Amino acid sequence: MARAVSSNRKLLNTLIAWTIGLIIFFPILWTILTSFKTEAQAIADPPIFFFFDWTTENYSVVQERSNYMRFLWNSIIIAGVSTILGLIIAIPAAWSMAFVPSKRTKDILLWMLSTKMLPAVGVLYPIYLIFIQLGILDTRIGLIVVVMLINLPIIVWMLYTYFKEIPGEILEASRMDGASLKDEILYVLAPMAVPGIASTLLLNFILAWNEAFWTLNLTAAKAAPLTAFIASYSSPEGLFFAKLSAASTMAIAPILILGWFSQKQLVRGLTFGAVK
Amino acid sequence: MATQQSRSAARMMMAPAVILLLAWMLVPLIMTVWFSFRKYLPLRGGDLGFVGFENYSRFISSSSFWPSVQTTLIIVGGVLLITIVFGVILALLLDQPMWGQGVVRILVIAPFFVMPTVSALVWKNMFMDPVNGIFAHLWKFFGAEPVQWLSQESLPSIVMIVSWQWLPFATLILLTAVQSLDSEQLEAAEMDGAPYLKRFWFIVLPHLSRAITIVLLIQTIFLLSIFAEIFVTTGGAFGTKTLTYLIFQRVLESQNVGLGSAGGVYAIILANIIAIFLMRIVGKNLDT
Repeated sequence: MARAVSSNRKLLNTLIAWTIGLIIFFPILWTILTSFKTEAQAIADPPIFFFFDWTTENYSVVQERSNYMRFLWNSIIIAGVSTILGLIIAIPAAWSMAFVPSKRTKDILLWMLSTKMLPAVGVLYPIYLIFIQLGILDTRIGLIVVVMLINLPIIVWMLYTYFKEIPGEILEASRMDGASLKDEILYVLAPMAVPGIASTLLLNFILAWNEAFWTLNLTAAKAAPLTAFIASYSSPEGLFFAKLSAASTMAIAPILILGWFSQKQLVRGLTFGAVK
Repeated sequence: MATQQSRSAARMMMAPAVILLLAWMLVPLIMTVWFSFRKYLPLRGGDLGFVGFENYSRFISSSSFWPSVQTTLIIVGGVLLITIVFGVILALLLDQPMWGQGVVRILVIAPFFVMPTVSALVWKNMFMDPVNGIFAHLWKFFGAEPVQWLSQESLPSIVMIVSWQWLPFATLILLTAVQSLDSEQLEAAEMDGAPYLKRFWFIVLPHLSRAITIVLLIQTIFLLSIFAEIFVTTGGAFGTKTLTYLIFQRVLESQNVGLGSAGGVYAIILANIIAIFLMRIVGKNLDT
């Protein structure tokens, strides 16, 4: 509902919005700034904003002391593989629901959504027990499966809403021209579906990366991703602000960047297509 | 017009997702319900047999149950109130013409991408630390006594941290809804001399009501199960033990699986009551 306004009004809007935006962003900015300070400067009173001796020492200390790379690698593997597995399972399902809908399609979609609403803590012990029995507690494979399953409903839903927008007439036309199911998927559907699949991949990678219930409860030393690594800073190491900041910055930087690309898909993905 | 063949192909394609989710839902759910009727202490004798509804009554009558319900309601209610009120204001503001709109949008959305353990730790240490936190500096600057945020004001502190994380979500969805508002209607009202508040109340707010409802329901479901924020900041101390956290402690910390499972069943029922409302709205949207 943007309308023409005077440039005074525009200036005022800009000022207010930037002020609020910077306040909201401040904790992130402050974390990034602090990560480049020495420990003494990090707790200086009054706080120092930009004029300190920039140092990257904290980053190397964090890496040396805690083997940051291993946690990073666990995060990448868990988020990446679970998302790709989820897509492999969800794409056929969403495709068939979007293009060959039956009377039950709506019920199945809503039921899938309902599994997402199951509170994780309600099934914590059974999952824990199953993990022990299968010997997959504190392994990446176990977490990959769990994270894949908790995101699967969102993946199916997002793909479904994207696929739904592909006009069915094109498929019919290709069928008339004698395209087989395989041709139809490969040459007609795939090119049109790629953007939707890419956004689904992006958003679910982010969700998987930040998942912090199962990753905290089902990992210890071996398979712990960055969420658990950061939680280990809760005390007393958290008192080293600069190192805490360096570790935090490394944990959130990749996702902040991916997040910028995914902001448009965020709404669709998280409201299950109910707000577009 | 789908053929018999394509129908069975469709079923085959849906099967893996359906079977996996069915197993993911049913197996742990049945186990939780099963455990909830048994006295099961893995570290102190194991499975000691069937006890009927004893776990259910014990869970409710334990001294930490009602406080945990109250804590849960305060956190969920507080965060909902803050994120929705500020979300509407921010959405309306971000919709106004300004310079650098895209950048401001990114600044506002950014907290959503910060992993929960990071935001909890950054707030806990760098902002709410009573000696070296930014707030302590700020309070001292104005000559006030620094607050022991996470011990004295534990609930407001957690509400604040969680609101910071969820404000972007509310703002983004409400902004999407604001942008679909018919500007002609607003202009007509403006020409008829309706003041801003009236326009907001009678045109903008009704238009947003659907989006607000969706934000409310989705956030409620996620907020009911917040965990990392409490795990990292207070560990459930200082009156911040939510229902989720209480169940977690019963199950994993004190290893009383029967009791914790009964709590889990309560949590599942509670989440389902809210989920039904959400599903109805989402389901209606599928028809159009």
